[in-house]
Amino acid sequence: MNAPDRELRKFGAANAAPHGVGARLPLIDGVEKVTGTARYTADLPAQGALVGKILRSPYAHAELLEVDVSEALKLPGVRGIVTGNDCDTPYGVIPIAQNEFPLARGRIRYIGEPVAAVAAIDEATTDAALALIRLKVRELPAYFDAADARKADAVLLHDNNKGNIEREVHNEFGDAAAGFAAADLIREDTFECAEIHHAMMEPNAALAAWDNERGHLTLWSVTQVPYYVHESLARCMKTDAAYIRVIKPFVGGGFGHRVETLNFEIIAGLLARAARGTVRLLQTREEAFLTHRGRPQTHVRMKLGLTRDGRMTACEAHVVQRGGAYGGYGLVTILYAGALLNGLYDLPAVKYDGYRVYTNTPPCGAMRGHGTVNIRFAFESLLDMMAAELGLDAFGVRRRNLLKAPTETINGLKVMSYGLPECLDWVEQASGWRERVARLEADSDGPIRRGIGIACSHFVSGSAKPVHFTGQPHATIALRVDFDAGITILTGASDIGQGSSTIITQVVAEILGVEYRRLRLIATDSALTPKDNGSYSSRVTFMVGNAAADAARNLKAVLVAAAAKRLQVAEADVEWLGEAAAVANDPARQIPFHDIVEEALVDVGMLTVKGTFTCPPEFQGGKQRGGAVGSTMGFSYAAQAVEVSVDTELGKVTVEKVWSAIDCGFAINPMSVEGQVQGAIWMGMGQAISEETVYENGRHKAVSLLDYRVPTIIESPDIAVHIVESLDPNGPFGAKEASEGPLAGVMSAIAAAIEDATGTRIRATPFTPDRVFDALNRKPPAGAHVAAAAKGAA
Amino acid sequence: MKTLLTLSVNGRPREDAVAGNALLIDYLRDTLGLTGTKQGCDGGECGACTVLVDGEPRLACCTLAHSVAERSIETIEGLSHEGNLSRLQRAFHEHLGSQCGFCTPGMVMAAEALLRRNPQPSRDEIREALAGNLCRCTGYVKIIESVEAAACGSEVPA
Repeated sequence: MNAPDRELRKFGAANAAPHGVGARLPLIDGVEKVTGTARYTADLPAQGALVGKILRSPYAHAELLEVDVSEALKLPGVRGIVTGNDCDTPYGVIPIAQNEFPLARGRIRYIGEPVAAVAAIDEATTDAALALIRLKVRELPAYFDAADARKADAVLLHDNNKGNIEREVHNEFGDAAAGFAAADLIREDTFECAEIHHAMMEPNAALAAWDNERGHLTLWSVTQVPYYVHESLARCMKTDAAYIRVIKPFVGGGFGHRVETLNFEIIAGLLARAARGTVRLLQTREEAFLTHRGRPQTHVRMKLGLTRDGRMTACEAHVVQRGGAYGGYGLVTILYAGALLNGLYDLPAVKYDGYRVYTNTPPCGAMRGHGTVNIRFAFESLLDMMAAELGLDAFGVRRRNLLKAPTETINGLKVMSYGLPECLDWVEQASGWRERVARLEADSDGPIRRGIGIACSHFVSGSAKPVHFTGQPHATIALRVDFDAGITILTGASDIGQGSSTIITQVVAEILGVEYRRLRLIATDSALTPKDNGSYSSRVTFMVGNAAADAARNLKAVLVAAAAKRLQVAEADVEWLGEAAAVANDPARQIPFHDIVEEALVDVGMLTVKGTFTCPPEFQGGKQRGGAVGSTMGFSYAAQAVEVSVDTELGKVTVEKVWSAIDCGFAINPMSVEGQVQGAIWMGMGQAISEETVYENGRHKAVSLLDYRVPTIIESPDIAVHIVESLDPNGPFGAKEASEGPLAGVMSAIAAAIEDATGTRIRATPFTPDRVFDALNRKPPAGAHVAAAAKGAA
Repeated sequence: MKTLLTLSVNGRPREDAVAGNALLIDYLRDTLGLTGTKQGCDGGECGACTVLVDGEPRLACCTLAHSVAERSIETIEGLSHEGNLSRLQRAFHEHLGSQCGFCTPGMVMAAEALLRRNPQPSRDEIREALAGNLCRCTGYVKIIESVEAAACGSEVPA
């Protein structure tokens, strides 16, 4: 589509098609996906496996006095039952905030929380056993929104969390008071974002095999971070991690749902051990919604100061997130929301107050664009409104506040490359921004009004400081070569559909210059592959990509040495040809790859060459408490324009077209970048126009893909993608992330487009017909394009 | 109670003892081991289980196995021919119409039914034919391009 033009290297003597970095390659595991041979967890052969199922709480908040399984245990065919009594170790992704048990112990905190699980010989027996389990509880007052949970007389969900607040964040960088004093225009407004859910296409599933003779557990699961699951299993099952093997087969998406260990994964292990066998634990779609970990309902009160010509002087944000019943990623999410106010524009002062609140709803967690999406909606919306008031153009006000890389933000985030100006330029031109007024007026038809809006956003390329600080490298890759001269890439990086296995392979291919077919990739099996920190915060391309490049360079050095020995020349005189090596300036003296490998194996046998990557401490954020959150070695940047039509009689918003530019540093695979950007834009559109969880007295009412409205192909627009390559100094070949940054600007761009079309600014997501209708009818629609014309003229 | 079910799956005649209340998806996945057909929801929401019954798309998760007795069933496993990808499989592969791949079998089968009855569909006709198939990765843009590429039998201009 808009792949940058560049000359790509042909490979080998046969001049094979380019397959190194920069090539538009199909996914390395794509054939399996289109032929149906890809095995996801539920597809794994499991002859004779027991059927596992979970009993979930019907109570939103209660003391759990007893779980009586005596009748269920008597049922013929029941092989194992586990309850909260079987695991007294809390788990949770943040080591200092672990307060969740895989099965409730003593207290139930949301409807849908697991309380018991059964393994039996077939589904009917499992269902019958679940029906025989009796709960004895004493119900407690339950709180379904943050304000109720924070009341002085509210019962605490967790001890020592006054006001049911999991984490408060208060910080100020720069001098906010002085900044507001210097402003010509100060506005404050509130924004509300509904809670949303990942709705990845593959339902949750785990397969757990307990080897009773050895005391070994093997778990296959849908995880984005196998090693978190591995560690959680070891802790919760009180066994040595060496006796556990975790395998991630094909995974059907994640978007953050699977970045922390989930209760069913530990339950599967506990059940298999209790039943002394293999248990298949398939979860329904409803159970995925109840397991949740989505983006929290967020209330933002934001204040911004601008000078007359649009220079930002200060920003103040007050954020409340309804976190649900347990800690999960909560404290990171509330820190991210504050930290990522910075890093996009040159913002001289920021005051941030964040509150993460416990409520009796399913736990929230990380979701694509972790922490930044809802705050970016508020910021970009307020910026647009104030720019209009000052008569400034939406592009102009953003250009007035650009950063200049390399730089460091007021809260200690390093910005090493910054392609936002080029993103803005392309979007302005491609969307026909300057000619829009006449065109939109012509395209509007009676009650159907057209409008266009823009926004910018950014995201980290992996967290510079990992959640679990171990002193180990951030990423490790191994390359294995044996007598067959095949090169096997061993990686713990989880390909969940984003294409990380393909990117890693292209990096290795680029450096070694060998035929693509010579490369194989084996991923995410703890018995075979190195530990990886996992697929979250868009870290894999940047960090694992760098480790892969390091490994390939190290292997190449070994092979060049072997070639020199076989050719009887100095290493400096070896010309590396990928599939062969020659004496420099004497191409006739050449040996094929097999001979090079044969020489390299003499005396040492199989080669295993490693590569690693570590983010240096200077990139790990400011000194303030929680300062590591938001820190990264490379921010991606995105700008987009969205054109909508609004049926002003029905309140229906249709996204007609999106133009998105992404600064991903360097596109290792341009087709993959386009796919990631399109998916991110579209997911942002879903949050903007239709997606929201719905609770009634704590009971989730939208637990199907019909009630939880993800956009179908019918309401999905064309999304044009343009790639800007700022060549980051630290990314592999200059690459940064491409999959989360573009998401965060979508909601405000759509809100701006709706305002452009109707004159009404909507401050609450999603923009469903009822909300839009109400907003349009609260005040008379203004002459929308008159306002737009005024903006354009400025 | 199990009774004998006679039908054709991917061109091969089958005769299996199948319970009267068994769903087609469970028959395909559990009895035949054809796990390419996916279950993505609790029934009729997502389209991942789309198969062809006498050439027409059908949700295997909402179809009793015995209701398709004597009929011809096609699944994703039956599309490739003599080891070659079908035109739609190749297009989805080469144009990134598939990311995580979980919706892909259903998406490809729904698109196959479309191209058989309408070899040159418009974008709107593609959208209509795939409206019952959810994808959470691609934003559908490259799915539409993949179907167009398959219909053209050539590359979509980049």
